[in-house]
Amino acid sequence: MATTANTRAGNDWLRNALPKLVLSPSFAMVVIFVYGFILFTFYLSFTDSRILPSYGLVGWENYAKLFKLRAWGIAIDNLLIFGSLYIIICCLLGLALAILLDQKIRAEGFIRTIYLYPMALSFIVTGTAWKWFLDPGIGLQAVMHSWGWESFAFEWIKDRDMAIYTIVIAAVWQTSGFVMAMFLAGLRGIDNEVLKAAQIDGASNWALYRRIVIPQLRPAFMSAFVVLAHMAIKSYDLIIALTGGGPGTATELPATFMYSYTFTRNQMGIGAASATIMLMSIAAIMVPYIWSELREKK
Amino acid sequence: MATNASSQVVRTGAGARFVIYTLLAIFCLYYLLPLYVMVVNSLKPLSEIQAGGMMSLPREWTVAPWQSAWATAQIGVAATGLKPYFVNSILMVVPAVAISTVLGALNGYVLTKWRFRGDTIIFGLLLFGCFIPFQMVLIPMARMLGLMGLAGTVPGLVFVHLVYGIGFSTLYFRNYYQQFPTELVRAAMIDGAGFFTIFRRIMLPSSGPIAVVCIIWQFTNIWNDFLFGASFSDFDSQPMTVALNNLVQSSTGVKEYNVHFAGAIMAALPTLLVYIVAGRYFVRGLMAGSVKG
Amino acid sequence: MGFLDIRNATKSYGAVKVLHETNIAVEEGEFLVLVGPSGCGKSTLLNMIAGLEEVTTGDIAIKGRSMNGVRPADRNIAMVFQSYALYPNMNVAQNMAFGLEMHGIPKPERDKAVAGVADLLQISHLLDRKPGQLSGGQRQRVAMGRALVRDPDVFLFDEPLSNLDAKLRVDMRTEIKKLHQKLGTTIVYVTHDQIEALTLSTRIAVMFGGHVQQLGTPKEIYDNPANMFVAGFMGSPSMNLFPAKVAVKDGAAVARIDLVDGGVASLPFAAGNAMATHDGRDIILGIRPEAITDEDGADRKSKAIHRIDARVEVTEPAGSDTFVVSNLGGKEVTGRFRADVDVKAGDVFPFAVNMEKAVAFDPKTEQRLG
Repeated sequence: MATTANTRAGNDWLRNALPKLVLSPSFAMVVIFVYGFILFTFYLSFTDSRILPSYGLVGWENYAKLFKLRAWGIAIDNLLIFGSLYIIICCLLGLALAILLDQKIRAEGFIRTIYLYPMALSFIVTGTAWKWFLDPGIGLQAVMHSWGWESFAFEWIKDRDMAIYTIVIAAVWQTSGFVMAMFLAGLRGIDNEVLKAAQIDGASNWALYRRIVIPQLRPAFMSAFVVLAHMAIKSYDLIIALTGGGPGTATELPATFMYSYTFTRNQMGIGAASATIMLMSIAAIMVPYIWSELREKK
Repeated sequence: MATNASSQVVRTGAGARFVIYTLLAIFCLYYLLPLYVMVVNSLKPLSEIQAGGMMSLPREWTVAPWQSAWATAQIGVAATGLKPYFVNSILMVVPAVAISTVLGALNGYVLTKWRFRGDTIIFGLLLFGCFIPFQMVLIPMARMLGLMGLAGTVPGLVFVHLVYGIGFSTLYFRNYYQQFPTELVRAAMIDGAGFFTIFRRIMLPSSGPIAVVCIIWQFTNIWNDFLFGASFSDFDSQPMTVALNNLVQSSTGVKEYNVHFAGAIMAALPTLLVYIVAGRYFVRGLMAGSVKG
Repeated sequence: MGFLDIRNATKSYGAVKVLHETNIAVEEGEFLVLVGPSGCGKSTLLNMIAGLEEVTTGDIAIKGRSMNGVRPADRNIAMVFQSYALYPNMNVAQNMAFGLEMHGIPKPERDKAVAGVADLLQISHLLDRKPGQLSGGQRQRVAMGRALVRDPDVFLFDEPLSNLDAKLRVDMRTEIKKLHQKLGTTIVYVTHDQIEALTLSTRIAVMFGGHVQQLGTPKEIYDNPANMFVAGFMGSPSMNLFPAKVAVKDGAAVARIDLVDGGVASLPFAAGNAMATHDGRDIILGIRPEAITDEDGADRKSKAIHRIDARVEVTEPAGSDTFVVSNLGGKEVTGRFRADVDVKAGDVFPFAVNMEKAVAFDPKTEQRLG
């Protein structure tokens, strides 16, 4: 009797613990490899690590050095230029395309497929395609010259001051279709009866969109902003493939800065500090977003 | 997508419609242009590109650039073409996608149908893990892979992608299972089914669509990854993206643009095919990953 | 000790107590309906019987065996859900056999049991279909079939008819009642629909705010509601409740009611009513609409029909009857007149009140007096 009671208690225990047991490997992985690693890198940012991790604490020295570095200043400036243009252009273009596509377009599905396919590509592929297309020697400029427009000049990618804008061009090409899809979904979610009511109230199409439709797209704007901002901060592959950070350091972003300082310049402490700053900026955007999403669910 | 276009309310005249279609067509050209450039230039001899003919159709059609990109082009130190790296990518993607999808499904099942105190916090922690800048984990992960003896190997890459892919898989399945009627699970409990039986007999048969979404998303993400590939692979374990970048950025010899374009298409082809075949699911995945719920 | 015993059972989520000490003993073959508005704790109680939720304190026993800590699957119960909860990927036969399969019943026996129940419920022709191909009423039958096939000690129904349209709901109600009479099974049935409760049950537990307000037969609940909540909740249109004052003269109690135009009406209680000891007390008088009629429509068997003249405010013809709304004691009061009575809004009209059916409540505690 006692033994059967024991095994039954054991079975009950197992049954109750099973869901948590199933979840635990994933949870453990995330705790160690995400949060443990974040803490580790955070710790490194206060050490004198160079080529290898080292554990001599140096306080805020790495952060002080980081913000004195010209390369970091350039990376931050570039991020601000790239990020704001990228977000603004993607949103405007995405919204415009979504509204155009929402007018009972005949081949809507087909057109949507074309607008969205860049999202399926690797940034390395995108970078390669645009790198040579924008290359003055063989790309757009050479084509124009061969067509007889000898004075045509488009050398941004070789120009220290303009190269960052070529990153914007390629990045917008890749993601604007996705933003369009987000806005289109938002438009499709709007209650038709509200629009009918506004029309009966005498609203023109323009007023309808400006006063009724676009204000209702707030959640879509919110999502688009969060997604785009987080992609901008993490941008790495595209820069590597398109400009390699050049000419010189003209198109370095925090992500490329972190990589080169940590792994090629052997300044791991400074690299860790720059990664920490990237994490903080992404957390500032994502944490409130995720928190509000999870709260709504309950 | 829902069919209630606001167009059913908004009426546009013939002139306006012409403008709309023209604009839409122009943007089609804009999005297709790089693809066109890649395709036509991968099929013409180098001399035609150098002579300023990037936008023209090939005068002389050739598949030599494709052959070169696939089998003989110089990648790093070896003239192997992209083929071995394509294989590496497949060996990396398949297990990483399979395992993260299975774990994601189980996690989503637990987080929605076997809720417990603190489950939302756990989910939040998992979710945030998807969005961190991976620069923050590169240094310790490099050391960890070394300790585990996986540094510079394909299994090492599988492991990394698995770890950082679970969050998204879990997100997809959790949001999907949240819509799944809990009464069905309760009915099965009363019928005597246990944890795994309910999962296998009740949940899984209804999980087809979300599994496709999840697999496509993971496949696309992992195939297209560059940062982990560049950080944690050796010459013989590089994935396709890294090899392509090496091919394009190599500074020795003449730049064989046509070979670069052929290589770029090869790297793009698997995800592009998936997109064309199952675009609907791809878009669903994108939306669920951003506009959650 | 009953067949199904709920003894001091409570349920709390953290500090929130959603079910207070509840005691119900259900006899074998009884049809107990738990009825109340949403959030009253009825579904929680049902889930506790099913084992889908643990009891916080107290005990639930089936056939004398305590069910605390016993898995739902091991309680020998079956449940019909509001959404029917049919497994979408299995056909009807597989749905019905699933529970037997999980309990290790061999296939031939399962097939036999399914065939028998399908025959009983007249769903044999649906056995190969998937739930998605069934109409609402058919799904409802399959859900019941899945429960019946298990041959459980207790059937649990969780608002099983609320997803059906009005006509089908009435048909299925009859069907469930027939099934109960035929099989003599023990049923606990949750609904928010008081008509379902009255028509189906052998006993009703009216619940509100996590408390059982009254437990009794449909007749007891309807005629002698324990408090004003039960009086208002059970019956449609609901019982008229309006303030009155008791006056006792020569041992006979009278309810004095303020009229809208300043007068006071007197309604003598039936002989022997307990109000005789409550001289001068303020009460809430409860009279059902069918006890307030036109004079010719009054119950001829009643010995306490009293006339009261009041102004008609609204008439609502409902086909078979006409509901006439007036005002007594400052409250709207509805009477049920025969359809062909000629009465118009604005008229002062004689109402016949059957005081045998009147009940009185304490205005403060809202409990029934006497």
